[in-house]
Amino acid sequence: MKLTSLLASAAMALGLATGAVAEDKTKVGFVYVGPVGDGGWTYEHNKGRLAVEEQFGDKVETVYVESVPEGPDAERVMTQMALEGADLIFTTSFGYMDPTINVAKKFPKVKFEHATGYKTAPNVSVYSARFYEGRAVQGHIAGNMTKSNIIGYIGSYPIPEVIRGINSAFIHARKVNPDVQFKIVWAYTWFDPAKEADAAKVLIEQGADVILQHTDSTAPQAAAQAAGNVVTFGQASDMSEYAPFPRVSSIIDDWAPYYIARTQAVMDGTWETANTWHGIGEGMVAIGEISDAVPADVKAEALALKAALGDGSYHAFTGPLKKQDGSDWLADGETADDGTLAGMNFYVEGLEGDIPQ
Amino acid sequence: MIVLEKRPQPSRVWSLATPLVAVLATMIAGGMLFALLGKNPIEAISTIFWEPLFGEFAFYYRPQLLVKGAPLILIAIGLSLGFRAGIWNIGAEGQYIMGAICGAGAGLAFYPLDAFYIFPIMVIAGALGGWIWAMIPAFLKVKFGTNEILVSLMLVYVAEQMLASVSLGLLKNPEGFGFPGSRNLQSYDSAHNAELIAGTGMHWGVVAAFVAVIFAYVLLNRHMLGFHIRLTGEAPRAAKFAGVKPARLILFCLGMSGALAGLAGLFEVSGPAGQISIDFNVGYGFTAIIVAFLGRLHPVGILLAGLLMALTYIGGEIAQGSLGLPAAAIQVFQGMLLFFLLALDLLTNFRIAIRKSEVA
Repeated sequence: MKLTSLLASAAMALGLATGAVAEDKTKVGFVYVGPVGDGGWTYEHNKGRLAVEEQFGDKVETVYVESVPEGPDAERVMTQMALEGADLIFTTSFGYMDPTINVAKKFPKVKFEHATGYKTAPNVSVYSARFYEGRAVQGHIAGNMTKSNIIGYIGSYPIPEVIRGINSAFIHARKVNPDVQFKIVWAYTWFDPAKEADAAKVLIEQGADVILQHTDSTAPQAAAQAAGNVVTFGQASDMSEYAPFPRVSSIIDDWAPYYIARTQAVMDGTWETANTWHGIGEGMVAIGEISDAVPADVKAEALALKAALGDGSYHAFTGPLKKQDGSDWLADGETADDGTLAGMNFYVEGLEGDIPQ
Repeated sequence: MIVLEKRPQPSRVWSLATPLVAVLATMIAGGMLFALLGKNPIEAISTIFWEPLFGEFAFYYRPQLLVKGAPLILIAIGLSLGFRAGIWNIGAEGQYIMGAICGAGAGLAFYPLDAFYIFPIMVIAGALGGWIWAMIPAFLKVKFGTNEILVSLMLVYVAEQMLASVSLGLLKNPEGFGFPGSRNLQSYDSAHNAELIAGTGMHWGVVAAFVAVIFAYVLLNRHMLGFHIRLTGEAPRAAKFAGVKPARLILFCLGMSGALAGLAGLFEVSGPAGQISIDFNVGYGFTAIIVAFLGRLHPVGILLAGLLMALTYIGGEIAQGSLGLPAAAIQVFQGMLLFFLLALDLLTNFRIAIRKSEVA
């Protein structure tokens, strides 16, 4: 296609033109789906960006564009970054998948890293974190903390990543509390404080006294605080401003080590396409401090669970497990393979309701 | 004492000048905002307005102006017809979504057949989808006297739920590993709304936007129906005497704006966006309301306003990327534009006079 060659030659010309100036400066771009001040998902990615700046100082220049809608706008923002000489671009939302692949085709020399997706190319890597390991710890605490035996769950979109989290939390809540029920509300957004607050209020009205969220704002925390006796967990970020109660712990995404390593690889010329899926063990998923609102024995168990997940002695999806429809999934002692987890589109036995279709 | 005096007739000069003055005032106030954020205001303003048009990479951004502006213009043209007659379709966003769903659905139904007639069928389906969605408020208003503002707005949320539903079910890509979203139409040639001339940004949606501008201009200036639309807005009682049938006008205006919004959705989903996904809609239907008013509800004005709006989006992104301006500052900047326009609009109907204060 003409445009492709036009852009490619422009990029090449640019590479030649700026090569002399920017030889020792690596330019890293970040495309964010929310505002950097969301206190959750984007906030943590931006912390990763700042860590890259701190690590490499003058040798690196970072740029970012926030609140970029998924679709043609994302494609334009990525193209703009590539045109302006970015060497490495992190696109940090699932919906950026096809735009990332499109732009990567036009700029074969620029490296792209797409978070939470599954499409790779010679210059596109994918990376994600095993958030479900953190969900296991959360489920364990939640199952112990609930008195009404109703746990509310604010889902963003019914995609495998979110369903994995629901299943993992549910399995581990049931283990410590066989009577526990999950009520799930789908918000169809990653970040919308008003919608998230509404979802939290609905769940609280339905009797939930623990709320788990897979959305990025602190609005559910505020709603729980207003209700007074509802337990929450920080999502993506520590959200420690709501500690020690309602926020009793959190799952923290720590992207900094990965971003630093990949930037280093580009600098060294050793960057290669990779499919990274790191968890507690590698430090990409961290558990925020468990507050004193949690009884000491529960806290100790949760930390032991975390340690077992971290050193690989325990897998969050270990059989015997059945699917919601009662069919067998994992035999006793069997653990789930990554392929099944990556495309997970079913609930485990005991969860009520259907995954929206 | 400074007072506002009502002009005997709206000033033609001011009606044309206000958009320009509003843009200028936005630049000044926006520059002050950027300065407060610690950025060089002149650099920021010139990045937003100059860089996309004449900067180093203008060869890429200029076509993008058309891509970003076309759906805004197409929707705003439709809205302006109703707005002129006092018929308020606020739900173009929903009609845009329904057009995309119907159009993409029609195309995907043929997958993987390769035939020339698939894209035209999609275009018709897209227009129909938007039209039907707009006929709901139209019909309810005509039949039961409901408020079209509320009904059309609420239907946006219904459409968003439908979008989520088809992304996860009916139109989900069977080869997508369980992830939501349809097949990518960009890789299905018969359904792909590709660039007509590579590198120009011209796709069928841009062509449709230009055609709509001409069509609306002719309709409003040369056609009886256009006269009725204008008359109903400016003098409802006179319109009644002139034999205007309000019901027919409502059905026409809402239907037309729905069909155009549906077309915009179809062209977007089959071209730049490529696929139906949960987050497919990004607010074109609402932004188009601003574009319609910024363009004085005049077809040519809307064309220019749509391109200006696209410019602030694209320039705003460049300013974020290269100057580190926060996205919120860009949104405030765009909001200022509408604010100044509405505020300065006062001068079209009123003049500022200085009088001696009267002694009581």
